[in-house]
Amino acid sequence: MRTLTKATIVDAVSAMCIDANQNLPADVLAALQQAKDRETAPAAKEILRQLLENAELAKTTGLPLCQDCGLGVFFVELGEDVHIADGSLREAINAGMVQGYKDGFLRKSTCDPFTRKNVGDNSPAIIHFDIVPGDTLKICMMAKGGGSENMSRVMMLTPAQGFPGIREFVIRRVAEAGSNPCPPVLVGVGIGGNFELAAINSKKALMRAVDDTHPDPAVAAMEADLLTSINRLGIGPMGLGGATTCLGVKIKVAPCHLASLPLAVNIQCHSARHKEVIL
Amino acid sequence: MAEYHLTTPLSEADVLPLRAGDVVYLTGSIYTGRDAAHKRLIDALDAGQPLPFDLTGAVIYYVGPSPARPGRPIGAAGPTTSYRMDSFAPRLIELGLRGMIGKGMRSSEVKASMVAHKAVYFGATGGAGALLGLRIKAAKVIAYEDLGPEAVRELTVENFPVLVINDSQGGDLYATPDLEAALG
Repeated sequence: MRTLTKATIVDAVSAMCIDANQNLPADVLAALQQAKDRETAPAAKEILRQLLENAELAKTTGLPLCQDCGLGVFFVELGEDVHIADGSLREAINAGMVQGYKDGFLRKSTCDPFTRKNVGDNSPAIIHFDIVPGDTLKICMMAKGGGSENMSRVMMLTPAQGFPGIREFVIRRVAEAGSNPCPPVLVGVGIGGNFELAAINSKKALMRAVDDTHPDPAVAAMEADLLTSINRLGIGPMGLGGATTCLGVKIKVAPCHLASLPLAVNIQCHSARHKEVIL
Repeated sequence: MAEYHLTTPLSEADVLPLRAGDVVYLTGSIYTGRDAAHKRLIDALDAGQPLPFDLTGAVIYYVGPSPARPGRPIGAAGPTTSYRMDSFAPRLIELGLRGMIGKGMRSSEVKASMVAHKAVYFGATGGAGALLGLRIKAAKVIAYEDLGPEAVRELTVENFPVLVINDSQGGDLYATPDLEAALG
């Protein structure tokens, strides 16, 4: 049994929230750079240039990459042999997020759904827990903006619709979202599971590196097909036209009910801010 | 595509020559307002109360900035998605609003209102919050302070870079998705 203190977790989470909002991951930067080199349309090239300059400015000035510093979304893998000494893990993660959003001058974006009154400290963190073997605590954090989240959907397809139905739904969703979610986007796709698991998997899929390849060759082929097809839409960076509508499609698959083919499409803007820490 | 340097407030003559795709650098005062602030502006109009700023020739920037660090007027300040303001925008345009800055598509009602009353919709680069925040020279909350990031602020900008998305003649810059090519 390993013991972690609340303070260790609070400090780590606070630091990762600030880091995530100031420093775009290297794989996302590389994808934007490659897209800029590839684009021939002047407007598309200029937007990508601005996004790379913005990333550099955020790094050097400490300003957030985007004013929408997002809801703090956490995927936690807690080892069965880990014990938190002086408090609950949920409280520690939430406290760390609140600390980070305060100290990092990050925007607080949670509000009451009816009165729309701002909660004031970005709480509560949205935390998904998994209990896993071992004695480590892995925390993945995503700063998820509202604009791209609003363009996401869950759809319960019929088994007969199969991959062609999935493919059409995903492509139409990105097309309808158009310029709204800040393209070039990343598309997380949850296939199978049930209503809520598909949604969670679509978001988990977005934690993968932009340039990785799915270990299952069949799924990898679906991802490649969707990426190529979506980029034929020609929406382009910020909707101004071009070859780069999407930087990557990431699929996560789970077994589902005989009667169902659950599908979730979680759209992520180009400012794909996420970090992970292992304690 | 032409390039213009304009100073706010904008007149009809300022915006008439603008065409979708033109680059505009704005200097002067612009006002922030997004979801909650728009609701309050419309509520104020319904109640016959004065608005916190003069709409004549005004430009509203759909933004909820991040907090300012010490020594800076504002934090990151890129545009939010505009369609959420579509139900409020035509009424403000009728009353003199000349420009809106945001990102993403507008409804046909908003586009028709822009043509009828000679207003324009500008796009700023979404997700370039640091870059755009650094073009803002001063910021002052002038209404609805309790809304926090959604409060109405008067921003002083210098050469704030925007792109004409919808012009006063019905022009629209956004690409139409080629579904046929994508679905194959």
